Amino acid sequence: MSSPAAPATGEPLIELDGTSKTYRSGEIEVAALRPTTLRIDSGEFVAIMGPSGSGKSTLMNVLGCLDVATAGTYRLAGADVGALSEVELAEIRNRRIGFVFQQFNLLASMPAWRNVELPLCYAGVARAERRERALAALDRVGLADRSDHRPGELSGGQQQRVAVARALVTEPALLLADEPTGNLDSTATADVLGLLTELHATGRTVVLITHEDDVAAAAGRVVRLHDGTVVSDEPNRPGAHRARKVLS
Amino acid sequence: MNWWETIRTGYDAVRAHRLRSALTMLGILIGIAAVMLTVGLGLGAQATIGAQINSLGSNLLVVTPGSATTNGVRGGQGSAATLTLADATALADPQVAPDVAGVAPTVQRPGPLAVAGTNWTTSVVGTTEDWSQVRARTVSNGRFLTAEDVSGKAAVVVLGSTTASELFGEENAVGRTVTVSGVPMTVVGILDPGGSSPLGDQDDQAVVPISVAAERIFGGAARTTVQTIFVQAQSTEALSAAHQEVSQLLLAMHRITDPTAPDFTITTQQSILDIANSITGALTAVLSGIAGISLLVGGIGVMNIMLVSVTERIREIGLRKALGATPTVIRRQFLVEAAVLGLAGGIAGVVVGIAGSAALSNALGQPIVVSPSATLLALAVSIGIGLLFGVYPASRAARLAPIDALRSE
Ligand SMILES: Nc1ncnc2c1ncn2[C@@H]1O[C@H](COP(=O)(O)OP(=O)(O)O)[C@@H](O)[C@H]1O
Ligand SMILES: [Mg+2]
Repeated sequence: MSSPAAPATGEPLIELDGTSKTYRSGEIEVAALRPTTLRIDSGEFVAIMGPSGSGKSTLMNVLGCLDVATAGTYRLAGADVGALSEVELAEIRNRRIGFVFQQFNLLASMPAWRNVELPLCYAGVARAERRERALAALDRVGLADRSDHRPGELSGGQQQRVAVARALVTEPALLLADEPTGNLDSTATADVLGLLTELHATGRTVVLITHEDDVAAAAGRVVRLHDGTVVSDEPNRPGAHRARKVLS
Repeated sequence: MNWWETIRTGYDAVRAHRLRSALTMLGILIGIAAVMLTVGLGLGAQATIGAQINSLGSNLLVVTPGSATTNGVRGGQGSAATLTLADATALADPQVAPDVAGVAPTVQRPGPLAVAGTNWTTSVVGTTEDWSQVRARTVSNGRFLTAEDVSGKAAVVVLGSTTASELFGEENAVGRTVTVSGVPMTVVGILDPGGSSPLGDQDDQAVVPISVAAERIFGGAARTTVQTIFVQAQSTEALSAAHQEVSQLLLAMHRITDPTAPDFTITTQQSILDIANSITGALTAVLSGIAGISLLVGGIGVMNIMLVSVTERIREIGLRKALGATPTVIRRQFLVEAAVLGLAGGIAGVVVGIAGSAALSNALGQPIVVSPSATLLALAVSIGIGLLFGVYPASRAARLAPIDALRSE
C-alpha cells in the first residue's frame, strides 16, 4: 500500500476542542468519547484505530455531523457545527462530506447508478446532469458496466465501490470511511483502499476507521483510540507526511 | 428533489411491496366504492322519485282539506271535509282564476270490482273529464270520461292497465261491464301505464264520473265534499299566480278572513319534491356515513402500513439523511408515498364503483347515478385520506436522528 505525496495544505479542516459524547441508556451513562482535542488538516489521510468499543464510530459520527457532541466544540472548515440547524447540517453532509460505511448501506431496490445519484438529488442537481455524474463516478471506481445492476447482483467489493462512488459523486472535501473494508476479502480491500488513496491524491481529506494495521498503513497519520480517549497520534511514516500530535 | 421525483420515489416504494400495498389499497378501494354506490343509489332514487312526481302532471297544484297548521297546532291534513264540488266549479271559472288551466276534483276510496266471478279490490276514483289532462294521463284503448258522462251521471268506468288485466286478462275490456261496489258500469277506456307515484299505484284504479261516485257508489258525505282538487296552472310561470288565485278564492268561498289560518292546504309538485329529496337526502347521508366509516378504516390501514414502512426502512431514512436529505424532504417523501397509496386505492375504488353501479342497477332495476364530479371528489378524498393518515408516520420519519436511524438494525 503506497501513499502518494499527500498535498496537506495546513489549513485546519477538522478542529475538535474538548469534544465528548456520552450516551445515556436508562440510569447508566456511557462515555463513548471522552473530551478530545484533535485537528485534521485539509488534504490529510488519517487512519483512526482502536479496539472494538473504543469510540471510533462515535468519533466518526460526530465528525460526519450525524451525531451531536455532548460537550466541547467541533469546527468543520471553520464553522461551529454545534450552532448549526438541522437543515444546515443536512446541507453540510450533502456537500462537504462523503460517507462510506462498513455495511455499504445501498438501497436494494435501486440500480447502482441511482444509488450513486442520491446525494445529487438532495443537492438539487438536474436529472440529466445527475445521471451523467453518477455514471462518471461509477466509471471512476471501475463499475461503468454495472451501473444498472442492483446491489443484490453485485459482490461485496463491488457494492463497497458503488458506495465509494456515491461518496465521491458530490466532490466532497471530506471523506469519512467507517471500517469500509471490514466486510471485504483482501482483493476487495485492496481495491477500496486504492480508491481512497487515489481520492486522497486528488486533494481530498480522508478519515479512515479501521482496526487492521495493513489497512491503516495506507494513511499518512494514525490516531489510536482507547476507551474513548486518543492514546496516540503519530505520522505513519515519520517524515513522509505532515502530522501533529495535538493531544496535550 | 423536486415533486416529480418525490412522486416517483413514492411510487417505487409502493411497488416494492406489492402485496402489502395492494391490501392497504383494498381498504381505500372498498371505502371509495361503497361511498360511490350509496351516493349513486341516493341520487338515482332522487331522480326516480323526481320523475314520478313530475309524472303526476305538469304545473300541478294539489288542494287538500284541512290546514297543515291551525293556530300553531298541527291539524290533521285531509281530515276535515271542507272542500266541496262548488269550490272546484268556482276554481274552473276562467274569470276568477285566469291562470288555472284545468280543475279535477276527486273522491277516492277502495272499492270491490267484479266481473263474472272475478273480484278485484282497487282504488275507485270519482272525478271529472279534466282529470286526464291535469294528471297528464292518456288512454290507450277507448276513451276517457267526457263532460256528458259527468253531467249525465253515465255508468261508465275507465280502468287502469293493471286493473283491466286483473279483471279481464288478455281480453279487450272496452265495452264490457264491470260492477263497481255493486253498481254495473260499462268500461269505456283503459289508461296508459303511469307507473307508481307518491300518490299510489297509478295503474291500479277505476276512474268513474264524480257524480256517479258521489251518488251511487260512495254516498254519504261524498255527495258534496271532495277529497282532493287537482289544479293545473296555465304554465310554469303562471304557477305562483294560480296558487294565489286558488288560495284567495277558497278563502273567500270558505269565508275565512285570516289568510294565515286556511282550512285547506295547497301543495305544489316542488314542495312534494322537496320533501322527497329531504328524505332521500337524509337516507343517503346516513348510508354514506356508514360507507364513510369504511373509508376511515381504510385510512387507518394506510397509517398502519406507513408506520410499518417507516419502522422497516429506518436505515434507509438514516442513509438518506446522511446523504443530505432534510427533515422536510423525508416528510414529503413519506407523505407522497401515503398519497400515492391513497390515490391508487381511490382509482381502483372508482373503477369498482362504476362497474358495481352498472351491475347493481341492473340487478335492482334501480338507476344508480355516478356523476363525474362525485368521481373526482372521490379521488380527491382518497388522496386526502392518504395525506391525512400519512402525516403522523411521515413526521415520525422526519424527526428521526440520522445516527439513530442508521445504527438501528
Ligand atoms: N447509541 C448508543 N447508546 C449507548 N451506548 C453506545 C451507543 N453507541 C455506542 N455506544 C457505546 O459507546 C462505546 C463506543 O462505541 P463505538 O463508537 O461504536 O465503538 P467502535 O466503533 O470503536 O467499536 C461503546 O462502549 C458502545 O457500547
Ligand atoms: Mg464501529
